[in-house]
Amino acid sequence: MNHNQPVYTDNDPQSELVTLNLGPTHPATHGVFQNVLQLDGERIVSGVSTIGYIHRAFEKIAEHRPFYQITPLTDRLNYCSSPINNMGWHMTVEKLLNIKMPKRVDYLRIIIMELARISDHIICNTIIAQDTGATTTFLYLFQFREHIYEIYEEVCGARLTTNIGRIGGFERDFNDIAFAKINKFLKEFPVALREFESLLNRNRIFIDRTAGVACVTPEDALSYSWSGPLLRATGVDYDVRVNEPYCSYEDFDFEVPVGTSGDIYDRYLVRNEEMWQSVSLIEQAMEKLKHEPAGVFHADVPDFYLPAKEEVYNNMEALIYHFKIVMGEIDAPKAEVYHAVEGGNGELGFYLINDGGRTPYRLHFRRPSFINYSMYAKMSEGMLLSDAIINMSSMNIIAGELDA
Amino acid sequence: MTNEDLIKLLGDKFGNKISGVNEPYGLLTIETTKDVIIGVLGYLKESAGTGFNYLTDITAVHYPERNHIAVVYHLHNMVDKIRIRVKVFIHEHTPTIPTATVLWNGANWMERETYDFFGVKFEGHPDLRRILNMDELDVHPMLKQYPLEDPNRVDKKDEYFGR
Repeated sequence: MNHNQPVYTDNDPQSELVTLNLGPTHPATHGVFQNVLQLDGERIVSGVSTIGYIHRAFEKIAEHRPFYQITPLTDRLNYCSSPINNMGWHMTVEKLLNIKMPKRVDYLRIIIMELARISDHIICNTIIAQDTGATTTFLYLFQFREHIYEIYEEVCGARLTTNIGRIGGFERDFNDIAFAKINKFLKEFPVALREFESLLNRNRIFIDRTAGVACVTPEDALSYSWSGPLLRATGVDYDVRVNEPYCSYEDFDFEVPVGTSGDIYDRYLVRNEEMWQSVSLIEQAMEKLKHEPAGVFHADVPDFYLPAKEEVYNNMEALIYHFKIVMGEIDAPKAEVYHAVEGGNGELGFYLINDGGRTPYRLHFRRPSFINYSMYAKMSEGMLLSDAIINMSSMNIIAGELDA
Repeated sequence: MTNEDLIKLLGDKFGNKISGVNEPYGLLTIETTKDVIIGVLGYLKESAGTGFNYLTDITAVHYPERNHIAVVYHLHNMVDKIRIRVKVFIHEHTPTIPTATVLWNGANWMERETYDFFGVKFEGHPDLRRILNMDELDVHPMLKQYPLEDPNRVDKKDEYFGR
């Protein structure tokens, strides 16, 4: 028996069932993972999910890297919304070090995180549309992801794997061009999103393909530890931003949209509404920024926050701090901390154990895609193949977050 | 419900099986033993006074100097917005523990991941196979004795690169 293959096979030569390998590389999976399906005609009888094709041992690597060098690893978890991962990691370390952030930094972080959430949801929702055959909507809204990447680029210089911000704040203040681009985005995106909704929300073909497909009960969703828009689509109003506010989310006024049946259409609607809420959050944050002292972009913690480069070259203390921080020689408490943020796909958790060394003793990522995906094979049973494919799109499984 | 109430409830129910009570950063952490772990998790999940019906995560930590592997469960009570961390220390040479799949379906993949990386055998698990690593791998790579880099390399020493 070849152990590379999933253990499940149907060896009966008389069987009427067809085995279909969906993946590891398949246009419909939008990532590298495999499903071996047993088909009876077009209907799926059973399936086995195989993952791990891009496993990169991040948890092992993280045990050998100082805190600063772990940020680029988090980029590569959910690479559709890397800033949320970056900020989640920074906030985990800040929680460990008991750093209190200035409000202005929190608001800047919220702007970036909500932009990331919008870009994540744009990908998911446009791809549901794409997989049901509506290419126009995909191309139409997808350009706004480009505009969001331009904002990232203005803030940190990178686009996809952003490595944005630092432990203790941002590496530099947002410049005027960044603010101008955010304002432009806030003006243009709602128009496009409204048009996107008008193309799909009441579209007969789209509703026929999505409504009532892959319904999930809240009990099942909770039992499978679902989180994020998928859980909310089933009607459970769990959002980490509300349940355990971090980064000053408690200062903001926003709603948590929930669905009723947990089907693909509800997931689509929940994500769309979350984009509206994110736009509103960014607007509120831009408004709040006007009342905060300008120019504050990091906490005053020289022991942990990397000094500016010109300081390092001209100032002895700055050079010492720079060296100590880069080498991981910081006085972090020996403790363990769990910090969760609301990622694009759900609760993104960081479980960090520090033993006083230069590197974490153990770092575990609670990756929402990994946990959400565990139900996929079971959900697919009895489903049409074409429905299973849009079901996968609507779960927004990101291979990077699946495999870590 | 506060952490003190929970400590009292668990103490009344399980007595000296609950130890190592601690609250790092406000997150109640308890230790228990593997013979009662499913009882403890089931009590936390189903008892009306606790209501931790959401399994956030299962993972493990290896402590080679104490010959221990700690299996760590994070549970969440969404209604009262309170989390709890339950740890079970098992011996690294006999890493077995009953499965939590009897309580939560989501435990399936989390336990497979823990098995894959730490070799913890979850007794009664319906499908305990490796999940991220290849099936041919004969080690459990997150155990501390396995270095990150190829140990035959002489040009890179761990002490120059952190741990």
